[in-house]
Amino acid sequence: MRYSGWKVITEGLLGNTGWGRAWRDPAPKAEYDAIVIGGGGHGLATAYYLAKNHGLTNIAVLEKGYLGSGNIGRNTTIVRANYFLPGNSEFYSHSLKLWEKLEGELNYNVMHSQRGHIILFHSDGQRDAAVRRGNAIVNQGDDAELLSVAQLKDMLPYLDYNQTRFPIYGGLIQRRAGTARHDAVAWGYARAADKLGVDLIQNCEVTGIDTVDGKVVGVQTTRGPIRAKKVGMVVAGRSSQVAAMAGMRLPIESHVLQAFVTEGLKPVIDHVVSYGMGHFYISQSDKGGLVFGGDIDMYSSYASRGNLPMVEHVMEAGMTLMPMLARARVLRSWGGIMDMTPDGSPIIDKTHIDGLFVDAGWNYGGFKAAPASGWCMAHLMATGQSHEVARRFRLDRFRTGHVMDEEGTGSQHNLH
Amino acid sequence: MRIAGKGLIDRTKPVTFTFDGKTYSGFQGDTLASALMANGVRLVGRSFKYHRPRGILTAGPEEPNAMVEVLDGGSQSPNTRATVQEIYDGMAAQSQNRWPSLRYDLLSINDLAAPFLSAGFYYKTFMWPRAFWEALYEPIIRRAAGLGRLKRQIETASYEKAFAFCDLLVIGSGPAGLMAALTAARAGADVILAEQDSLMGGRLLSDGGTLGAPWVEATLTELRALPNVRLMPRTTVVGAYDQGTYAALERVGLHRPAAPHLPRECFWRIVAGQAILATGALERPIAFENNDRPGIMLASAALSYLNRFGVVPGQKVTLFANNDNARHAARQLMAAGVQVAAILDSRADASAVEDCPVYLGAAVTDTKGRHGLTQISGTHAGGDFKIDTDCLLMSGGWNPLVNIACHQNARPTWREDIAAFVPQAGMVPGLHAAGSANGAFSTHAALREGADAAVMALDAMGRSAKAPDLPQAEDAPYRLQHLWAVPAKGRAWLDFANDVTVKDVKLAAQEGYTSVEHMKRYTTQGMAPDQGKNSNVSALAVLADATGRGIAETGTTTFRAPFTPVSIGAMGAGGQGAGFAPQRFMTSDQASRDRGAPMIEAGLWYRPSYFPKPGETTWRQSCDREVLMVRSSVGVADVSTLGKIDIQGPDAARFLDFVYTNTFSTLPVGRVRYGLMLREDGFVLDDGTTARLGENHYLMTTTTAAAGQVMRHLDFVHQAYCPTWQVRFISVTESWAQFAVAGPLAKMLLNALLDERIEDFPFMTHAEVSVEGVKARLFRISFSGEEGYEIAVPTAYGEALFRDLLAKAETLGGGAYGMEALNVMRIEKGFITHAEIHGRITAFDIGMAKMVASKKDCIGKAASQRPGLHGPEREQLVGLRPVTKTEIGAGAHLFNPADKVERVNDQGYVTSVCWSPVFESYLGLAFLKDGRARHGQRVRLVDHMRKTDVLCEVTDPVFLDPEGAKLRA
Amino acid sequence: MRLTCPLCGPRDRREFYYSGTEDYLNRPPEGASIEAWDDMLHLRTNPAGVTKDLWYHETGCGSWLLVTRNTVTHAVLATELVAARKGGAA
Repeated sequence: MRYSGWKVITEGLLGNTGWGRAWRDPAPKAEYDAIVIGGGGHGLATAYYLAKNHGLTNIAVLEKGYLGSGNIGRNTTIVRANYFLPGNSEFYSHSLKLWEKLEGELNYNVMHSQRGHIILFHSDGQRDAAVRRGNAIVNQGDDAELLSVAQLKDMLPYLDYNQTRFPIYGGLIQRRAGTARHDAVAWGYARAADKLGVDLIQNCEVTGIDTVDGKVVGVQTTRGPIRAKKVGMVVAGRSSQVAAMAGMRLPIESHVLQAFVTEGLKPVIDHVVSYGMGHFYISQSDKGGLVFGGDIDMYSSYASRGNLPMVEHVMEAGMTLMPMLARARVLRSWGGIMDMTPDGSPIIDKTHIDGLFVDAGWNYGGFKAAPASGWCMAHLMATGQSHEVARRFRLDRFRTGHVMDEEGTGSQHNLH
Repeated sequence: MRIAGKGLIDRTKPVTFTFDGKTYSGFQGDTLASALMANGVRLVGRSFKYHRPRGILTAGPEEPNAMVEVLDGGSQSPNTRATVQEIYDGMAAQSQNRWPSLRYDLLSINDLAAPFLSAGFYYKTFMWPRAFWEALYEPIIRRAAGLGRLKRQIETASYEKAFAFCDLLVIGSGPAGLMAALTAARAGADVILAEQDSLMGGRLLSDGGTLGAPWVEATLTELRALPNVRLMPRTTVVGAYDQGTYAALERVGLHRPAAPHLPRECFWRIVAGQAILATGALERPIAFENNDRPGIMLASAALSYLNRFGVVPGQKVTLFANNDNARHAARQLMAAGVQVAAILDSRADASAVEDCPVYLGAAVTDTKGRHGLTQISGTHAGGDFKIDTDCLLMSGGWNPLVNIACHQNARPTWREDIAAFVPQAGMVPGLHAAGSANGAFSTHAALREGADAAVMALDAMGRSAKAPDLPQAEDAPYRLQHLWAVPAKGRAWLDFANDVTVKDVKLAAQEGYTSVEHMKRYTTQGMAPDQGKNSNVSALAVLADATGRGIAETGTTTFRAPFTPVSIGAMGAGGQGAGFAPQRFMTSDQASRDRGAPMIEAGLWYRPSYFPKPGETTWRQSCDREVLMVRSSVGVADVSTLGKIDIQGPDAARFLDFVYTNTFSTLPVGRVRYGLMLREDGFVLDDGTTARLGENHYLMTTTTAAAGQVMRHLDFVHQAYCPTWQVRFISVTESWAQFAVAGPLAKMLLNALLDERIEDFPFMTHAEVSVEGVKARLFRISFSGEEGYEIAVPTAYGEALFRDLLAKAETLGGGAYGMEALNVMRIEKGFITHAEIHGRITAFDIGMAKMVASKKDCIGKAASQRPGLHGPEREQLVGLRPVTKTEIGAGAHLFNPADKVERVNDQGYVTSVCWSPVFESYLGLAFLKDGRARHGQRVRLVDHMRKTDVLCEVTDPVFLDPEGAKLRA
Repeated sequence: MRLTCPLCGPRDRREFYYSGTEDYLNRPPEGASIEAWDDMLHLRTNPAGVTKDLWYHETGCGSWLLVTRNTVTHAVLATELVAARKGGAA
C-alpha cells in the first residue's frame, strides 16, 4: 500500500478501515541468506539496503524487543554532517545525502526538517576551531557558514548575549542540518524492508552465535536456532554482549545519555542550537516540545536512566544560555545506552570470524548516521568489502593508532 | 456554585483574579479551577489536536484539559494547571492554544477534519513535493501544534536548589503517608513528609469520609511538635534516583502575589535512608463517545471540589461508574443539596439505594453540548434514554500511582481483582509502597499499610518502631467491573490532552503497531503533559483487547521522571547568567581593569586581553605596541593561571621521569627544564617547565587549560602504578602569584625591586629571592623569546607586586602586556599552546619525538610507538608566511597549489595566526602533511569561512631568533 | 547517585570523576606487545552487571577509588582505595 495525501483522504472517507499492516509479523524461518541482529535504526536500515541495493531479500532482522526499541527512539533527533576529520567527514556527508531523499525512498514521512544547526563559540580559540570545522565541511562538499553575533541576534534573539557566563562570539551554521522524527525512521525502514521481503522478527533475542571452523553458520535465539552464513551485529549499546557470544571483546564501554522534552509550546526555537561550553543542545519538535540534552552521565551503565547531577547541569546550561527556558517544564527524561569507543568514532568492519560483521560504536551520534550506517554495513555484508565512505571505521585502528578523535580526549571511552 | 459550610477555603479572605481578562473572585485556599467553577465557568481550555472545547477533568496535577497561561510581571508561565495553581490577589490567567478566543477558535475546524487526522496520518502524507516540507507543511503543523506560549525573554524571577537528608522520606500525606510519618516520627527517626498539595491530608480532606480533617489536623499537630519531623507541603517528589536520592519540587512563590524575596520554586535533592510511597491512586475516566466535553469530570474530582473547596461542578449532575466507590460522590452531592439526575452503573448486579434514578447495566453512549455538557444519551437493558444534565461524573475505577516506584525500570504487576497495576517490593531499593499506591484502597487499609511500611523501613535501617493504634476508618471492599470503553461509532477519548481516541489505538493495532510502545509512539497516547496518568491503563487495555492479548501480557510503557513536569528554571536554578560556572580571578585582576584592559575568559579564569593607551582605537594597535615594547624594553604579564604543582619526596625525581617523556632525575638543583607529558595512549597531554627546588623537591608548571587534568593524572599514576613510592604532590596554583618579566630590560626592572640584585642568572635556572622584603621565587624562563623571568610571590602580595612592577616598568619605557601580545610573541617564537596540542597531536608531530627518552619507560611511551602516531602521512608542525600581506586566520586548510580544493587533497590546517609587528607580516603555525620536509615550499591556504585564498611559504615554526641568542642573553 | 569514599564517607556523585574500568590498572610491563596495550587502553568486557571501575574523589580527598558497581541497577557494592589494593604496588 502506497502512502499519499490522496490515500489519507480516501481512507478518511471510508473510516480508516482500509489501512493494512505496516509490516508483517512473520515466524522465523530455519535459514536465511543473512541475518541482522538488532531491529533498531541501523539494523533496519542495513536490512533495507541489503534488499534494495544488493538484492538480498531472503534475510531477517532479529529484534529482542520491539522494532525501534533502542536508541533510534531515544535520542534528540539531530541530523547533521559537520564532522571534520577524514573518515567521519565523508561518511556523515553521505548520510545527510541519504536523509535528503529518505521520505521518497521509504514512502514514509520521517519529517526530516533542514532547519539549520548552529554551534555557538565563546572564545577566539573556539572560533578558530569552528573555522577549521567549517572549512573541513565545505571541503567535503557540504555547507557551513560562520555567523556573526549580529546575525545570531537576528536568528536567535532569545539567547542571553549580555549576562551569560561565557560570552557568545559567534556561531557556525550548517543550514542543511536539522532534525527528523526518530520513531518514523525506524518504522519507515521497517515498512520498506518488509515490503522488499525482509522478515522482521520481534521478541526474538539472540542468545548465541554458532561458528564452525572460524566461520559463522547461524545464531541461537529465544525462538530457536536460525542458520545463516552472514550475520551482522548491529546492536549499539548491547554490542559487547552480542560480540562476547562470538568470543570477542570490543573497544566499547556502554554509557547512559539522558535527554529531555518539555511540555508542548508554541514555536519558539526554530533551529537546532548547540552550546559547547555547557554541552547543551536543543531544538523544538513539530509537536511543540523542546527536545534537549547534554553530555553522558559519565559512568558505565546499562540502566537506560541517569542521575540528577547531569540533569541539573544540562538545565543550568540552558538557563545561562537561554533564560527564557525557566518557564518551560520538563515533561519527561529518558536515557539511552551509548556504545562509546576510545576515539568517539564508529566501527563498521569484519571480525575475525568469517561471515560475522560488526556495526557499533556510535557513541551518541548514531541517529544521524542510521542511513549511511545501514548503507555501508549492507555493502560490507553483501560484498565483503568496506564501503568507500566507511573504510576508516576499522576495528583494528585502536591497536594501530589510526584513530579519529574528534574531541581530542584520547583513549578514555566516556570522554567522547 | 458554592455550597455553604463546606470546604477548607478561608471565606473571610476573598481573592480577586482575572481569567481571559474578566475579573472573578474566589477565596484564599481556592485553586484557579475551584474558583472558576464557583463562578460558573466551565470552558477553560482547548485540546491539542482537534481544538475541542474543554473544561476541568480532575482536581490535581494530573489535569489534562484545564491548562492556562499565568501572567506575572511581564512574564508568563504556559501550561499551568488550573487545578494546582492557587489563586492570589491580582493573579491574571488566560486560556491558551486558541485563536482568536477561547469560545471561537479558528482551528476547531480540525475537529471537522478528524477523519483525515487519524493516528499517524502525518507519516503517510506531506511528502510531495519534497521542498514543501520545510517551506509549507512543517510551518503550518508547527504553528497549529504546541500548547502555551513561552515568551522570548530573559527570566527575571529567581529559583533555588537545596539538599536535604533524612532517615525516612514519606511521599504523600494521605492516610498511609500520615500514619507512616507518625509511626516513624514517634520512633525518633528523622522524617520528611512531602505533599504535593498545599494542605496535608490527601484524600482525607476530600473524600468526605468519617476520618476527615479533624484527625488530619490532630496528627499534623503532633508531627509539627516533633523536632525530628519536617513537613513539606506544596512539594512534589518527582523522581527516584540512585542510592536513595529523590528529586522534589517545592512551589514557594507561585501562589503568592509578587514576593521578590521568595524564589518561585525550589528544587530539592532529598537523600533518604528509606522512603515510603504513599502517593495514592488516581481515578480513571471511561471512554465513551464525546466524553471530553466541559462538565464531564471524574467523580473523585467532584468530591474534592465539594469537600475541599465547597463548590459543586453543576446543578443537575449525573454519574457513570463501574464501581461502588464512585457512588459516594453522588450521595454526597445529594446530601449537599445538589440534584442528581441519574446514576448509570455499568454493573447489572449493583445496588440501587440512592434516592434518584439508578440505571444498572447501563452506559453513557453519547453526550451533547458544544461549550458545556447539556445532555447525555444512555443505554441499558430497558433501552436507550437521554438525560438533561450539566455535569457528568465518571469513574472507571482506580489506578495506583506507581510511577515513582517504576522510575528505576522495574515494571508494576497487573492485579486482575482490582484491574490495576501495583508496585512490587524492591522496585526502588529502600522504597516501600503503602495504601492506595499499593492497591489497598480502603482508608483502614491505607492506615494499616502506612504504619506497617514505616515499621519495615525503620527495621531496614536497624531501628525499631511500633505501629500506633489505628483510628476507626471505613474499610469497604472495592468492587468494580472491568470497563474501559463503551462501544462507540464516533470518537471516545482516552488521552484527553493529546486527543487520542479509542479509534486511534485500534488503528495502531490494525496497522501492526501492536507493542504498547509502538501504540504509544504512533498515536502519541501518554505523551501529553499528564504523561498518560489519565489514560495509560485504559489505552493499553483497549490495545490488549484489539490485539487479543491480556493486559498483563501487553504490559506498560516505561515510567520516567519527572512524576509531574518540573520547570527548567527550578532544575537549573543558579545557572542563569554568570552562575553557570565558577569565575577565577588573578590577583592583578583589578589592577588590569583599572588600566582599561578588556578581560577575556581563559577557561574559568579571566585574563587581560590588552592594555589600551590613549589614542589607541583597536586591539591591534595596543597589541602591536605591547609586542614591540617587550621586544625593545620590558613587559610584565600575569601568568598565575598556569598550573603549579609542588612535588616532594625521595622518589620525586623517579616519579617525574615516569610521567614526563624526558628525564628530570638528572636535572641539577637550581635548574629548570621543559617537559613533555603524554597520555597513556601516546598523544601529547601537556607541556611546561619544571624546576628542581631541592634534591627531593620539584615545582611543576602546567598549561592553564590542563592544570586540573594533569593533577588528576599525577594522582592516578602515583596511586595506581607506584603507590609505594615516596612522593607527594599538591596543587599550589592558587598559592602563588606569578608574573612574567620579559624583554631586554627585564633584568634592570627586576633589579629595581629585588632586595638583592641579580647579575649572572642563566637561562633555565631559578633561585629564591627577596622582593621588597617578601620571599619570592625567580625563574629564568621565557615564553616570548626574549630574555625572560617569572617571579612568583605568595598570592597575598600578588597585586602589590604587579602594581610595583608596572610602575617601575613604565619608567623604563615598558609596561603591561596582555594575552594578545603574549600570543603574538609565542607564535613568533614557535612555541605551542593548546591550540596546537589539541589532543590529537603526537611528539612526532611537533618535532619532539626525540624527547621520548629511549632509556626509560614513561607514561604513553609504548602507545606512542604505534604506527598510526608516526610517519609522513601525519601532519607536522610548521610555520607559515603568506607570500602577500593578506590576512590569514587559524582554522584555514592547506592544499598543494595545483590541487583542487576538496577534502581528499587536504594537506593540513592552520592552528594559530598573528600579525607580527616585528616581521610586518602575518605568521601562522600549522600542521602540514610531511611538513618538516617541505620548508621553503609553497602551499595554498583556503579559508571558506573567512573568504581567504592565499599562497603561503612553509617555514620552520620558529620565526624569531632560531638560535636562541636573545633568550639566553 | 552516591559513592562511599573509604576516607571521607558517603558522598554525592558530584564530588567524583569517573575514568573507566579497572583495566587501566593493568599497565603492561615495558616491552609488552601492542595487543597487551590494546587490552588495557581500548578493549572492554563491558558487562551488563557487576563491574569494577575507577573514580577519583576530585573535590574531596584526591583518592582514586576502585568501585564495584552493577551497571544495570547502579547498585554500589564496594569501594576501596586504588593505592591500597592488593598487588597494587609497583
